[in-house]
Amino acid sequence: MLKIKNLHASVEDKAILKGINLEVNPGEVHAIMGPNGSGKSTLASVIAGKEEYEVTNGDILFEDKNIEELAAEERAHKGIFLSFQYPVEIPGVSVTNFMKTAINETRKAKGLEEMPANEMLKLIREKSELLEIDRKFLSRSLNEGFSGGEKKRNEIFQMAMLEPKLAILDETDSGLDIDALRIVANGVNKLKSKDNAVIVITHYQRLLDYIVPDFVHVLHNGRIVKSGTKELAHELEEKGYDWIKQELV
Amino acid sequence: MELKDKLISSFLAFENRVDIDSPVHDVRSEAIKIFESQGFPSKKEEAWKYTSLKSILKHDYSVFPKHEKNIEYNDVKKYFIHEIDSYKIVFIDGKYSSHLSQTTHDGIDVCLMSAALNKPKYQLVIDNYFNKAATKDSITSLNTAFSQEGAYIHIPKNKLVEKPIQIIHFSTGNETAIMHQPRNLIVVNENSHVQIIERHQSLTNNPVLTNSVTEIFANKRAIVDYYKIQNDNENASLIDNTFINQKQESHCSVHTFSFGGKLTRNNLNFYQNGERIDSTLKGVTIIGNKQHVDHNTLVHHIEPNCESHQDYKGIFNDNATGVFNGKVLVNKEAQKTNAFQANNNILVSDKASINTKPQLEIFADDVKCSHGCTIGQLDESALFYMQSRGIPKKEAKALLMYAFSNNVLSSVKIPEIKQRINKIIATKLGVNIGFDL
Repeated sequence: MLKIKNLHASVEDKAILKGINLEVNPGEVHAIMGPNGSGKSTLASVIAGKEEYEVTNGDILFEDKNIEELAAEERAHKGIFLSFQYPVEIPGVSVTNFMKTAINETRKAKGLEEMPANEMLKLIREKSELLEIDRKFLSRSLNEGFSGGEKKRNEIFQMAMLEPKLAILDETDSGLDIDALRIVANGVNKLKSKDNAVIVITHYQRLLDYIVPDFVHVLHNGRIVKSGTKELAHELEEKGYDWIKQELV
Repeated sequence: MELKDKLISSFLAFENRVDIDSPVHDVRSEAIKIFESQGFPSKKEEAWKYTSLKSILKHDYSVFPKHEKNIEYNDVKKYFIHEIDSYKIVFIDGKYSSHLSQTTHDGIDVCLMSAALNKPKYQLVIDNYFNKAATKDSITSLNTAFSQEGAYIHIPKNKLVEKPIQIIHFSTGNETAIMHQPRNLIVVNENSHVQIIERHQSLTNNPVLTNSVTEIFANKRAIVDYYKIQNDNENASLIDNTFINQKQESHCSVHTFSFGGKLTRNNLNFYQNGERIDSTLKGVTIIGNKQHVDHNTLVHHIEPNCESHQDYKGIFNDNATGVFNGKVLVNKEAQKTNAFQANNNILVSDKASINTKPQLEIFADDVKCSHGCTIGQLDESALFYMQSRGIPKKEAKALLMYAFSNNVLSSVKIPEIKQRINKIIATKLGVNIGFDL
């Protein structure tokens, strides 16, 4: 589904990704771990198509097509979803109206009619129950005044609404208490299928107890320096990132 | 001949043509003298520092339209809020159009200024109110000198006027360039409520200059909601001078939607002559190309326990320029005043500009006065966030700008106006948005 080959990317002429190779197939869960500043969030943003990041070398293929020239919204239409580490507050646009617009723009891009209002309401009800979201919450301005946990739950709610093929969860566990973590993980697990894939970006192993990865990659200084199975995450938790750094020396 | 000289030399002919014995003859004569000595305001004056009239004064405007022209309702229907039942006072090239209008004398007077100035039965109201709120600055005086036609609205006490009143001025292009000086007088007595919509619309590419004066008197506990829809074409300019005199416990709101025109200057003045008065001034400005919109507001808190709320939003694209100059004056006696003022702007292009200047003069010591102005760009991280959810950049920008102006629209009480403004904003931003805010 996703093939990243020798990816180099920089922001304002500062090289951040220095040769990433990664392949994600349908049905798989990949975890990307690494110390602060290793390039985890940059990788997520580059895949999602943030304009500030310049790909200086390498390829990103999604379903065998190079997506480098596509705008962020076109990537979203193809089924790439990014759950933000810091979701942006948008005053004046309610969660419901935001989702309606997102879904109908995606449908429009695919040449489909707008979703009928009753169908939309049904979908919203169904997915908000999955994430245990209060109905009142949906009429509030997007992310404005939301707690950290509410913001992250809202991200996964959006993911549930949009049903992406590839979901990238960027530090979704940060700022979550244990109950919220469980709800979010439960939501992600319920959305998992043999046709879609998830990339979990996290600093800690904690989330991986709930969303169990098939593969774990360690990112350091813009490169994947070690890959393994879920046991690698446990080893990292025990020994810390210094272990990886020492091993590299 | 310069426009100033042309106007002054036309005055005598104007007076002769209307009625030299008119009770307002002295008022007009005094006003033309003021204009003659001061002329059009220039950028040297503090209040006009950022707005130059030079480019719009150069045309050879016809001051008295010579020809009459009729227009069919269906051709101009779109300029009315036609979805609702309303009274209409319509002018074509400065002349009253009985064909397009719907006036009334049934319990209330919704009719013409020319009638009110000439007929004895209106004389008491004219004596009491005409030119009593308008200031004696040069540009207002110019209008006063030529005051003859416009809307006359008189609501006796305890009347809830259910139908809104639409005042529309059309310019047809019959003249190569035309200048209008409409004069409106609106008197709303105790406990009455009225809603008014005003629009100036040019149907031609010929230059149009309108210098409009509106005096509004809201007596005890009266409610007046006034909507100004400024979406004229880019050869038309408007200087709007509105004076609102409020008595105790009255509530007045003016919403100004500025999307069109070449140059628009809104001089909006509120005078609070009583206690527990509420004044609301709101505006949304969305302009591009070389358009210019200047909001020059004054709220004069004269007595205690009153409130004022000002909220102006501006979005400026291309080479557009904006001005906001908001003056709040709190007299020494006006204790417990609560005055709020906000002016927020988004510059969409590098060449657009806005000059914003809050001006608070507070002589009382127990008041709550706040003001804030911001100038910013669209938030790139918000745009990326929306794009990552499949919303194209253009729509995302529009949605952000929509949301930005949202709280101004939320206080619009007539849903059809809100829908119309939503539609104009969407057209302005070049998108189709699937929901109302």
